[in-house]
Formats: sequence, C-alpha cells, structure tokens
Amino acid sequence: MNNTTKRWVFDMTVWTSAVLVTLVLLMHEAAAESRRPPVTNEKWQAECGSCHLAYPPQLLPASSWRRIMSELDRHFGTNASLDAASAAGIGAFLESNAARGKRAAIDSGTLRITDAPWFRREHHEVAAPVWQGASVRTPANCGACHTTAERGDFSERSARIPR
Amino acid sequence: MTKSVLEFLLAGSLGLAGLSASAVTPAEFQQNFDAAARASAPEFAGFSAQRGRQFFSSTHGNNWSCASCHTQNPMGPGRHAKTGKDIAPLSPVANPQRFADAAKADKWFSRNCNDVLGRPCTAQEKGDVLAYLMSLGK
Repeated sequence: MNNTTKRWVFDMTVWTSAVLVTLVLLMHEAAAESRRPPVTNEKWQAECGSCHLAYPPQLLPASSWRRIMSELDRHFGTNASLDAASAAGIGAFLESNAARGKRAAIDSGTLRITDAPWFRREHHEVAAPVWQGASVRTPANCGACHTTAERGDFSERSARIPR
Repeated sequence: MTKSVLEFLLAGSLGLAGLSASAVTPAEFQQNFDAAARASAPEFAGFSAQRGRQFFSSTHGNNWSCASCHTQNPMGPGRHAKTGKDIAPLSPVANPQRFADAAKADKWFSRNCNDVLGRPCTAQEKGDVLAYLMSLGK
C-alpha cells in the first residue's frame, strides 16, 4: 500500500466511525424517554398504587405532577388528600423524575396521561372495543395489557391485548 | 458506657411505643368505635353485624356502595369500580393485614365514606361494618 491509499483508508475509517457514532447517539436520544430505567419510591407506591397503578413519573411533565399534587382533594372525582409530609415527599419524587423532552411538551391543560399525544400515538392500533372490555374497562388500567406495568416495564413484548 | 446503654434502652422503648400506637387488632378497633359511639349517642346499644351488612351493600345517596369495589363478598378480592385495580379482601378474617394499622384504617374510612356517603361515617356505622366483616366465615 502506498501512502495515498493508507491515508484514504484512514480517512474513511474515521469518517465512517464518526457517522456511526452520531447515528447511535441520535437513536439513543430518540429512545431515551422509553428506555429510562424505572424509578421507585416506597410512599409513592403505597399511596398512589392503592387505587390505581402507581403511574411512573416519566409519563407526565413536572408541571402536571405539581398540579395533580396540589389538587388531590379533587382527584379525578374523588378526595385523595394526603398528609402534608407524604404529599411533599411524593411530589418531589414525581417532579424530579418527570417526563423530559418531547413527552414533556404536552398540553399543560390536561392532567390525564391517556390524553397525551404520545399515549394516543402509541396506542392507535388498539381498537375501541378492547378499551371497553371487561378486563380492561379503562385506558387507565395499564396492567390489563402491560403484564409487567407494576415493575415499570411497558415494553411491547410484555404487552398482551385481551381478545 | 452506661450512657450508651441507657440511650439504647430509651430508643428501644420509644420504638415500641411508636409501634403500639399504630398496630392494632380488629377487636381493639371495635373498642375505639364503641367508646366513640357511647360518647356521641346515649342511646347506643352495641354494634350489629346484620346492620353492618345492610349498610355495606346499600348506596347512600351517591352512585357507589362499599360493595361497588369490595363486592358483596368481602372475604374475596375486590376491584376498584373506576380504575379496575385489584383490591385485596377487606374482611380481617380473610386478610390479616386489614384493620391492623390504625392510621391506615382511619385514612381509608375517611376517604371511602366520603366517596360513598359524601360525609364521614359515624362511629356506629363504622362499628357495624367492622362487626359484619369480623363475623364472616364463622
């Protein structure tokens, strides 16, 4: 190999590597929101998780959690008030692990996870009768299809849509 | 040395006191309701499992009864009427974790009475329901 060829091989290797690394970083960024490892908190699990799945903090932006925690006395039709210490602890956990990036950019007027554009997009293939089925009843019942939702795992491979 | 032993004993007894303030048995709960019912109504004549069953399975002006989520068989599992979440059996006969923590039971009575009746339950009502739940399976 002469010097020019060596130089060409070297340049191509550097450029190809740079392009590959950039691609991987971009893909990582796009998938980051769904790949964030599940976080947990004992109080959150006990209090939020007694009436419904303890919805993971990253499903709503911090501003929505702040509003939810400040209106617990009017929580989707029920009074779910907590003692001040529990509310403060859970609120801090929710806000510090809240949605970031695209998912955070939802209409701040809605507090329902199921109204968020990303939620609708990711569930567009689920037909209307499935939502109303006896074992599902409401889109808020994540565990009806997401068999590992309690562990914070909403991956498609663990989802089973009841027929 | 003596000081650290004393501190240890003191911490231990405080820990026990904290535990006993919250850990209870269903029968101890019933005594509290009994005392409260006597204090608020001179005509109080004890609790009734039969009245508790009636109260538990009826609506009280709102859409829900206790049975809407806990079902007509509180020995078995229930299901949240709105969210679909599974609920462990309510009767302490079937589930020893029920009525074993005072703060927890008080919290749920206050929440659920608000949902079902739109007001706090009286000591008579709570005592009747607990009498019903304790009478099951016997």
